[in-house]
Amino acid sequence: MKINSPLEVYKYLPQTNCGECGEATCMAFGSHVIDRSLKLEDCTPLLEDKYKKKYLELSELMAPEIREVTIGMGEHAVTVGGDDVLYRHQLTFFDQPAFALDVWDTMKEAELVERVTFIKDFKKFYVGRFLKLDMIAVRSTSGDPGKFRTAVSKVMETTELPLILCSFDPEVLSAGLEVAAKRRPLLYAATRDNWQAVADLVLEYDVPTVLFAPNDLDTLKSLAGTFLEMGRQDLVLDPGTNPQGKMLRESFENFLKLRRAGIKEGQRDVAFPLMSVPMTAYLTGGDAVSSSYWETVLATVFSVRYGDIMILHSIEPYALLPEMHIRDTIYTDPRTPVKVEPKVYEVGTPGKDSPVIVTTNFALTYYTVESDLASNGINCYLLAADTDGLGVEAAVAGGQLTGKKINDEFKKSDFDFSEKTSHNTIILPGLGARLQGDLEDATGLKVMVGPQDSGQIPPWMDKNWPPGKKV
Amino acid sequence: MAKKITLAELGSLFNGMDVEALEGVTIEGDIELEMDTSGGLNPQLAYMLGHETAQIAQHLINISRLMGYPVDQLFGSMAQAAVPGVTRPQELLRSKFEVARMVEWKNPIQEVILGATSADGGSRGNTITLGGENALPYYFDSPMPHRNYITMDVFDMPIGMAKAVKVNYEDVINSPAEWAKKVVKDFNADMVTIHLISTDPNIKDTSAKEAAETVADVLQAVDVPIVIGGSGNPDKDPEVLEKAAEVAEGERVLLASASLNLDYERIAKAANQYGHVVLSWTQLEINAQKELNRKLMKQCNVKREDIIMDPTTAALGYGLDYAYTNMERIRLAGLNGDNELSFPMSSGTTNAWGARESWMVRSPLKEDSDWGPREYRGPIWEIVTGLALALAGNDLFMMMHPGAVAVLKEITQNLHGSLDREAVDISSWVTAEV
Repeated sequence: MKINSPLEVYKYLPQTNCGECGEATCMAFGSHVIDRSLKLEDCTPLLEDKYKKKYLELSELMAPEIREVTIGMGEHAVTVGGDDVLYRHQLTFFDQPAFALDVWDTMKEAELVERVTFIKDFKKFYVGRFLKLDMIAVRSTSGDPGKFRTAVSKVMETTELPLILCSFDPEVLSAGLEVAAKRRPLLYAATRDNWQAVADLVLEYDVPTVLFAPNDLDTLKSLAGTFLEMGRQDLVLDPGTNPQGKMLRESFENFLKLRRAGIKEGQRDVAFPLMSVPMTAYLTGGDAVSSSYWETVLATVFSVRYGDIMILHSIEPYALLPEMHIRDTIYTDPRTPVKVEPKVYEVGTPGKDSPVIVTTNFALTYYTVESDLASNGINCYLLAADTDGLGVEAAVAGGQLTGKKINDEFKKSDFDFSEKTSHNTIILPGLGARLQGDLEDATGLKVMVGPQDSGQIPPWMDKNWPPGKKV
Repeated sequence: MAKKITLAELGSLFNGMDVEALEGVTIEGDIELEMDTSGGLNPQLAYMLGHETAQIAQHLINISRLMGYPVDQLFGSMAQAAVPGVTRPQELLRSKFEVARMVEWKNPIQEVILGATSADGGSRGNTITLGGENALPYYFDSPMPHRNYITMDVFDMPIGMAKAVKVNYEDVINSPAEWAKKVVKDFNADMVTIHLISTDPNIKDTSAKEAAETVADVLQAVDVPIVIGGSGNPDKDPEVLEKAAEVAEGERVLLASASLNLDYERIAKAANQYGHVVLSWTQLEINAQKELNRKLMKQCNVKREDIIMDPTTAALGYGLDYAYTNMERIRLAGLNGDNELSFPMSSGTTNAWGARESWMVRSPLKEDSDWGPREYRGPIWEIVTGLALALAGNDLFMMMHPGAVAVLKEITQNLHGSLDREAVDISSWVTAEV
C-alpha cells in the first residue's frame, strides 16, 4: 500500500457518509480499508461512473506491495501473495502459504488416485475450523506428454483442488494445459532456457506461471521483467530451495532479499509471490523419516520467512500437522483478541447434575477445551476465568489463577452452586492441581482435579463423574 | 561516418512546419538511430519516421533473404505469438538485482559469556558466548557472531514425561549426575540445565542445602557450562537459587530465573555475589520484559553482560504465534536501539511437549484425520517450536528429546552458515524419483 492513513483514503471517497458500506462515516470506512478488513468495492457509490477515476487511482494506491496471484477456479481457488509488511506484528500477513503436495506421472493409476484422495481429505481441527491442504503439483517424471496428460486428467477427475503443472519441457506443459487450462493451473516453470516457449503457452492459455532461476537473482529479475513486458502480472518467483549447507543459507538469503526489495524498496518487478520447494530435502539421499523431517524443517523456515507456495512430498501426518500449524501460527492475524469474555459459559444443555469445569479466558485454551467438550457431547458449565489471556499452566505459575480469583469469577457471573447444581463441586484443570486446597478454602465447595489435557475429559468423566462414583 | 541526428533534433528542425510527408528520404552509410521519444517529437512525425524505418527493415530483410540467410526462422516465434497488443521481447531483458542492507540496525545485542574455565576461576572445559548480533538471525546484513546453543534438561527427581522422551532417560532418571553425563556424551548437549523441581513445597520440599549438593554433583559430572533452574515456586526459589549460586561460585552459571512475581532482588544479588548470569523471565509481555530488565540493571546493579532474557515459549499450536512475535519484536527493538531489550534470549523449548499433538496416541476429535505414530510427532513438534523462535531471534534452547536436539542443531548451523554439506543439484528436482 502506498498510503497508510484513513485521511488519505478519505480524500478519494464520495464523502457523503451514506452508510452503504455498513460504516457510519466515510472516515470510518477509510480506516477499515487501511486495515484491510473492508474492500474498496464495499463502497458501492465509489464504483459509479462519476467516481471511476478516483476509484482507479485509489485502487492503485491501495494495492498490496506483493501482487496477489490466484490459481484455480471457484471455491477451491487459492490466492497467494498480498503482503504489505515484513513482520507480522506490523499489520498481519495475508494469504497464507499454499501447500501443494506432489504426484508424478509414472505412478500407477490406483496409487495416484489414493494419494490425491488422501491429500484432498486430510484435515485437522483447530480453534473452530479445519486446517487443510490446498493444491496438487503434478510432476512429469516420464518426460512423455501423453503420460503427463493422462496423469493430469486423472488428478482432475479425483479432486477439484487447483493444480501446478511441473515440467521444464514446453511440450509436456502444453499437453497438461490441453486438459487443465480451464481450471487455471499454475505452470512450473519458465527458465532461462525455455522461457520463450513457455511464454507462448502462458499467452495462449492465459495462466499464471512460475519463473525459476536457481541461485541467480539477476536472471530471476530478468525473467520477471521480460514477462511483465509481455503484460503478464500473474507471476510467481522461485529462486531455488537448496536443501542443505551453505547453499541453503544462500537460498534463505535470496528469499529475504526478494521480499525486502518488494516491500521495503518497492521494486515492482520482483514484488511477486515466492515459491519454495522443501521437497528438495529428498535429494539429499537420507532415509524416508529423515527426509520427511528435513522437508518439514525447510517448510518451517520458508513459512516463517516469505515463502508463499510450497511444493511438498511427505504425506506423513507427523510432517503435515506441524507444517499446517506453523503456517497458521505465522499467518494468524495478531490483531484478533487473545481473550474471550471471562464468564461462565454453557456447553450443550447443562442441568443440575452437569459438571462445572474451570479453564482460563486465553482464547486458545478456551476454544480447545470447549471443542473437546462439545465434540464429545458433554453438557456442562465452563468458567473462562480472567487470567489476562494466559493459559492454565502459566496463570497458575504467575499467580493470575488462584482459589480466590476463581471464587470471585463465579460470583461475578452470579453462578450460585446450590441453585444451579445438585453436587456443589468444581472441577479444576489438571495443570492447576496445586490450587485444590486453596480453592476449597475460598469456596467451601468440593474441588476435584481433572485431567492435564481437556482431550482426556471423556475417559476421566467415565471414571469420576458423578462425584463419589464407584469404579 | 554520416552525421548523427537525434529524433528530438529532427523534431525541433521541423517544429512549426506543417509536414505531411517525408519525400525522397534516403539513408546512406552507417545507420544509427537514437530513439528518445521524450524529446518532444510530434506524434505525426514519429509515425512517419516509424513508417520509413519499417520500410528500410523490410528492404534489409529482402536482401538478407536473397543472400540465403534464414530470416523467417529468426522471426518465427514472433509470428506465432501474434497476440494483439502484446510486445514479445526476443531476448531476456538484462537486469541486475540489488537490495540495500538494513541501515536501521545500529545497536548490537549484548554479548554474554556462560561458563568459566580454570583461567577465569571456574572448572568448565569451555565457555559459550551468546548474543553479539547486529541483524536478525541468519540475515545477510551482518554476520551472526555466534551460533545457537542447546542446553538439555536434567531433573533432580523422576518426572512425568512423554513416552518418546522417557525411553531415552529410563536408565539415569534417578541420578542427575548420570543424566547430565548422558546428555553431554550421548546426545551432544552444549550445556546442561539442572531443574531443582523437588524443592517445591508442594512436591518434595527438598531443602536448599540438599538441592545445592545436587548442583555440585552435576558440576562434578560434566564440564560444560550449566543452567540452574528452581522449581518455579516463587516463595522457595530465591532461597534455593541462593544456595545453588553459592555452591557454583565462579562457574558463571545461568540462574533461572528472576521474575516479577518473586523476590528478584535476591536472585540478582546471588548472581552478583558469586559471579553468575541472571535469566530474566517474563510471560509473553514485551513491556514487562523491559520493566524487569530495567529493575535488574538499575535497582539490583546487574551488569549488562550478566543478563539473558526468557520471554516465554508457548508450544506450536498453543500460543507460539504470541511467543514468536514477542521475541521478534524484542529483537527488532534491541537492534533498533532499545537498550532495555538488547540481550540474548533463551527459550524453554521443552514446553512443546505440552502440546497434545506431541504425546497423545490419537486425536481426541473424531473429525480429525489420523494423526499417525506419536513417536515421530513429538520430536518434530519440539523442533518446529524451537526453529520458529530461532528465526525470531532466540539464542539458547532448553530441550529434551535427543532427536529434536540433533535436528535443531543441524538446521540452525546450516542457516548460520557454519556447516559444510554437500551441494545438491536442485535444477532438475521436478524429475527426481523419490
